Amino acid sequence: MHITLKVWRQKNQQDPGHFETYQLDNVNEDMSFLEMFDVLNDKLIREGKDPVAFDHDCREGICGMCSMYINGRPHGPLKGTTTCQLHMRHFKDGDTIVVEPWRAAAFPVIKDLVVDRSAFDRIMQAGGFISVNTGSAPDANTIPVEKDKADAAFAAAACIGCGACVAACKNSSAMLFVSAKIAQLALLPQGQPERKTRVLNMIAQMQKEGFGSCSNIGSCEAECPKEIPITFIAKANSEYLKAMLAADLPE
Amino acid sequence: MELDAKIPKGALEDKWKHYKDTVRLVSPANKRRLEVVIVGTGLAGASAAASLAELGYHVKVFCFQDSPRRAHSIAAQGGINAAKNYQNDGDSVFRLFYDTIKGGDYRSREANVYRLAEVSADIIDHCVALGVPFAREYGGLLANRSFGGVQVQRTFYAAGQTGQQLLLGAYSAMQRQVALGNVEVFARHEMLDLVLIDGKARGIIARNLVTGELERHAGHAVLLASGGYGNVFYLSTNAMGSNVTASWKAHKRGAYFANPCFTQIHPTCIPVSGDYQSKLTLMSESLRNDGRVWVPKKKDDPRKPTEIPEEERDYFLERRYPAFGNLVPRDVASRAAKERCDAGYGVGPSKMAVYLDFRSAMHRYGQAEAHRLGIAHPTEDQILNLGKQIIREKYGNLFEMYERITGENPYETPMRIYPAVHYTMGGLWVDYELMTTIPGLYALGECNFSDHGANRLGASALMQGLADGFFIIPYTIGNYLADEIRTPKISTDHPAFAQAEREVKDRIDRLMSVQGKETVDYYHRHLGKIMWDKCGMARNARGLQEAISEIQALREEFWKNVRVPGDANSLNPELEKAGRVADFLELAELICIDALHRNESCGGHFREEYQTPDGEALRDDEHFAYVAAWEYQDGKNYTLHKEPLQFEVVHPTQRSYK
Repeated sequence: MHITLKVWRQKNQQDPGHFETYQLDNVNEDMSFLEMFDVLNDKLIREGKDPVAFDHDCREGICGMCSMYINGRPHGPLKGTTTCQLHMRHFKDGDTIVVEPWRAAAFPVIKDLVVDRSAFDRIMQAGGFISVNTGSAPDANTIPVEKDKADAAFAAAACIGCGACVAACKNSSAMLFVSAKIAQLALLPQGQPERKTRVLNMIAQMQKEGFGSCSNIGSCEAECPKEIPITFIAKANSEYLKAMLAADLPE
Repeated sequence: MELDAKIPKGALEDKWKHYKDTVRLVSPANKRRLEVVIVGTGLAGASAAASLAELGYHVKVFCFQDSPRRAHSIAAQGGINAAKNYQNDGDSVFRLFYDTIKGGDYRSREANVYRLAEVSADIIDHCVALGVPFAREYGGLLANRSFGGVQVQRTFYAAGQTGQQLLLGAYSAMQRQVALGNVEVFARHEMLDLVLIDGKARGIIARNLVTGELERHAGHAVLLASGGYGNVFYLSTNAMGSNVTASWKAHKRGAYFANPCFTQIHPTCIPVSGDYQSKLTLMSESLRNDGRVWVPKKKDDPRKPTEIPEEERDYFLERRYPAFGNLVPRDVASRAAKERCDAGYGVGPSKMAVYLDFRSAMHRYGQAEAHRLGIAHPTEDQILNLGKQIIREKYGNLFEMYERITGENPYETPMRIYPAVHYTMGGLWVDYELMTTIPGLYALGECNFSDHGANRLGASALMQGLADGFFIIPYTIGNYLADEIRTPKISTDHPAFAQAEREVKDRIDRLMSVQGKETVDYYHRHLGKIMWDKCGMARNARGLQEAISEIQALREEFWKNVRVPGDANSLNPELEKAGRVADFLELAELICIDALHRNESCGGHFREEYQTPDGEALRDDEHFAYVAAWEYQDGKNYTLHKEPLQFEVVHPTQRSYK
């Protein structure tokens, strides 16, 4: 296959950035998208040019580090697929592919396609946990969890924290990411003691980081590589409302 | 130096209890004044950071990824073992211990392995409390499944994403401590050297990968939880960034490296498809609960797998190992697949693959479902469709991953699989307290050598990582830090820090200044090929000797002809890779030296000269029942230190899964 790549190049956060066009011959359809970038970088290095910086690690769709915005879609055209699991057989010979970094004020560009997603870690620090010290837990089977709830909690916990939801959203909202964690822990009996403070604190931190508000368009759900459903946002909104209303009242 | 594993006295089942009862403690007031540096944020690192911070220590933790949540533990699929005996099938701490010792082909330390089995149940309790959504039965209690080398069901799981769920649990526990001010996280930082002051580990030199700055970080103790070195083979199931640099720098500063030749080749991975391939993808061992491994009985059979009738298939694992069948340990399964492919029975375009077939399981589950749903005379199609639903529930994400990578639908046609490098049992030598031969330097999780002998059983890596971090280091580190309560905050102005930083800078400058013709990946690929061909699933003395000289030549060429673009003062992934590959080029030689010296076959280390008449690994307990701990000399020579393995409870026999 012959592929034309238009890639966003930006030296650092201050640099305004621009597109560069590259021609690649002999792209194999069994290559992953990132392996095609390996081939591009190999070529650039041999030509004495600066290779394209991009984030990636596990290359099996689970670490959440890869993050390219491909032809206007986070992680490219394939549903439920991260960039590292996208293969060239889904493109045609002669295609032109445009590759950009995630674009969001809360995800500043570090270099080329690499962005800073540390805001997600700070949201987790605000409440994405259960406060239990090592060694103090009861036997795991002491508290049964209904299978339906456990499965739903797992579906929410499958989020890989890649940020595609933010990149897909016209408001750069992080609600899908935040709601997945809120929902996971609200569904489990272990998450009950901190249920209210968790949702309030995580949402407050999300706003502080500069993510936009959710307007229920649903592009996050459409683009999420783990197909996290937008119903978790509804769940988080309901959790938020309940927590707000009950915030000052003893139970 | 005499290696003292510091194994507590007493009966095996009393050792850990006795240790905990008598180990020295550090008071809460003193803990607040002590700092611990942790390198790596996988299961071992994140759990250690969380549990030490909960105790009151101040922790600084480092990872090269953009977030600690991305460490490669996240990719572990199948499950985590624990001796809960929730299934009433005869499991116990002793059985988990025994299975692990036997699975490791009698090359691990009894006391460590017993302790691992003892704390395994606590891990499950704690992870459930942290909100890890394990798979459950309809009654709300935890579900289990089987893994290789085992005849009970003791594996806890969360679909095919158990590592992800456990890591996010440990990560969230750590993030809670970040919020409390007890842990500082340094993401996009890479440890490039260990700093010793008066012979004790006192800190690290880390490179800020965004700015390129070298930073000095001090602590009263340093914990490495930096994972394994499988990427020395270039192609492996490890993440692209997984590397040996932290362990290797520690090794060069005096930490012995133990059993480096014990590397694990996992039997069920998606086969290589081309030269551009950057990594290999594992298909979880849990699939062997339901998948049957086979090749055609006829060589070069041109038919599609679905067209080959039952009687013309060779289910070679079931044939050779009837007692364990498809669930033999990884080393055994891998070698059996290689044997069939080498003999000309392999399948797929490269002929280097075997089938993993779920049709029998779909049929079995489908029949049970039909019965449950009260369908009186189900058709064959109905049964298969019902069966597919059950398979989808159990392994859906793995089947999807397979289809995305290969373009084939594994619900309709068997998967094609082949062994690939997956895990490294070898690593930094540690004593019972997880301390290396450098005082104050600990190694946790995959980067130590301690628990898996010559072969790790499936679902035991997650167990070990969390055992080390949550339940072992919080006790053992106190025994060292109790002597440090009068040591003031370590100053990074100490000349040892300046010296180490200078050496790191010199090495980076050297890498940048070669400006040769070949890329870093070129050398890495080349190294991987040498290792896979001559130090992979089967090894022999001649091949290993050749490998050693080829590695030396390649290393020399690397330093003359590598090209690292860009500069050292900004984000430069090629420079990061170059440093890691330079270390792999050194480690690779030691792996081959170790493999060459170990004149026996055991676990993942299969020397062709030493095998039984039916092709099984032939151990030599008389001469090799020891841990080989190598001391770094000058990069050409290594001194061998032996820690004899004493088996007081289990008596080594030829491992049989027949």
